[in-house]
Amino acid sequence: MTAVFGIPVTVLLGQLMLGLVNGSFYALLSLGLAVIFGLMGIVNFAHGAFYALGAFVALFGAAQFGINYWEALVLAPLAVGLIGVVAERLFLRRLHGLDPLYGLLMTFGLALVIEGLLHQAFGSSGQSYPVPHALMGAVNLGFMILPIYRAWVIVVSVVVCGTTWFVIERTRLGATLRAAKENAPLLQAFGVNVPFLVAATYGGGVALAALAGVLSAPIILVTPAMGSSLVIVVFAVVVIGGMGSILGAVVSGLALGVIEGFTKIIYPEASNIVVFVIMALVLVLRPAGLFGKE
Amino acid sequence: MRATAVFYFLVGLFALCAPVLGIYPVFMMKLLCLAMFACAFNLLLGFSGMLSFGHAAFFGASAYATAWLVTAHNWGTAAAVLAGMAVSAVLGLIIGALAIRRRGIYFAMITLALAQLIYFVCLEAPFTGGENGLQGVPRGSLLGWQLKSDLAMYYLVLAIFVAVFLFIRRVAHSPFGQVLKAIRENEPRAISLGYDINRYRLLAFVLSATLAGLAGSLKALVLGFATLSDVLQATSGEVILMTLLGGTGTFAGPVVGAAIVVTLEEYLSDLARGWVTVVVGAIFVACVLTFRRGIVGELHAAVTQLKFHRRS
Repeated sequence: MTAVFGIPVTVLLGQLMLGLVNGSFYALLSLGLAVIFGLMGIVNFAHGAFYALGAFVALFGAAQFGINYWEALVLAPLAVGLIGVVAERLFLRRLHGLDPLYGLLMTFGLALVIEGLLHQAFGSSGQSYPVPHALMGAVNLGFMILPIYRAWVIVVSVVVCGTTWFVIERTRLGATLRAAKENAPLLQAFGVNVPFLVAATYGGGVALAALAGVLSAPIILVTPAMGSSLVIVVFAVVVIGGMGSILGAVVSGLALGVIEGFTKIIYPEASNIVVFVIMALVLVLRPAGLFGKE
Repeated sequence: MRATAVFYFLVGLFALCAPVLGIYPVFMMKLLCLAMFACAFNLLLGFSGMLSFGHAAFFGASAYATAWLVTAHNWGTAAAVLAGMAVSAVLGLIIGALAIRRRGIYFAMITLALAQLIYFVCLEAPFTGGENGLQGVPRGSLLGWQLKSDLAMYYLVLAIFVAVFLFIRRVAHSPFGQVLKAIRENEPRAISLGYDINRYRLLAFVLSATLAGLAGSLKALVLGFATLSDVLQATSGEVILMTLLGGTGTFAGPVVGAAIVVTLEEYLSDLARGWVTVVVGAIFVACVLTFRRGIVGELHAAVTQLKFHRRS
């Protein structure tokens, strides 16, 4: 058997796949953050709470209305996106023109409210969500047995990230969105409903978080706090990639997931902190982030 | 001006008489420690314009260091507190040096992430007691003065708090404080005047971290334990809330904010934990939406406006 640094290649490849699964979640979450930041200039602290909310909508929908996984995959992001639109109209709108720090503080408060309500409604103990029938089982890749569901997570994440990147960078809709950030009054003078666009952007960003929540529900325990520590890792990912860069968010999300996977083999104690250490290194060497421009 | 003096006199009198008035000394000490923490935080946010989202790292690391030295190595109280502050200062130097490379929201996110790193270290390090934390920390004695009784400890904490409060006031009014203010208001101009702004910002950060550490060490001695909740992100959020609610950039604001938050949490403690989180979050949202200057800041603005009207 071949080995690298005394570690069998099969173990290495296995951790790489698992890291890629984690990285898929980082990518989806940092993508939503990057979209909201890039187009609205708001750092959305509530992203982790919306991620948890997405998972709970799937859980609640299954228990109360018999909504299956595939329906939840569409309905939960829609429902959470709508909540996001309402939150934007009610709260975030009023912060327009203020220091962006107020947006951070406001969404931090929003995150606490959502988390507290979930805690009251569903309790703090973890709940599990079944893997859908069509995605049960595993495939033998030769070097590891990969559960089909995890492969599915990677595929969905890559497709969704690619599509979002394409829409924002290469379509007319994306150009309009970017114009709203660049010069809102001018765009409004052309007859575009900018306030609606901004609300929709926030809704879309948090819908991405909710999608990640539904995707993760079958592989982790669903708890109200599941997003609160994850969002900090994702913040670090976004700092590493460079804020506002969609491509940077996706690439660094996937890459950091893989690096975290490798750390689990080489030095397991450090796997929780490796992302933060890399962030510190990037700050020393390239303060604007790997893909950032400044 | 006279109103302010009367206010401080009354608050001081209340603090001195609190144990006689039948207010539980441990509650008052907890309040004073958190008020000290908020004042230290305000030195950074209010007077230098840097929002740290990871101040719990300094508060907690110092609490752990003091608790560990006292329980495992039988250090004296004063030495252990000073060592805790030194730990916070060094951490502040490292985290600050990294964070000041960016501004605004980036600064907030970086401090948050690095504080999370400290949290994981506290969770996994062999000497921190993991999920249980360090329990049974003795208060010891100071200069032959036994601190076992709540009353003795209370007056010590009160004295230290007053000293820290006056020190922060002095720093804010000093030339150093004025330069910090200038950097906050107009950075390019401060640079053009020849100030090495990163040195000033870093010094402010280290100062704030050290004082936050003092508050953490005292809290560990008062309550007799240092736990993971001291380094938790929620604690960083709490200190922001206290400062924001009371009034960022005012001297009395963080103290007022701490008094409200600690009292509120005491009363809400019968309530389910989820509701407490909801209330704290709602105060955050309300504060940002309606009174960004905080209670003391808004009062101050109202009084100034009143004076202006009377004069014209």
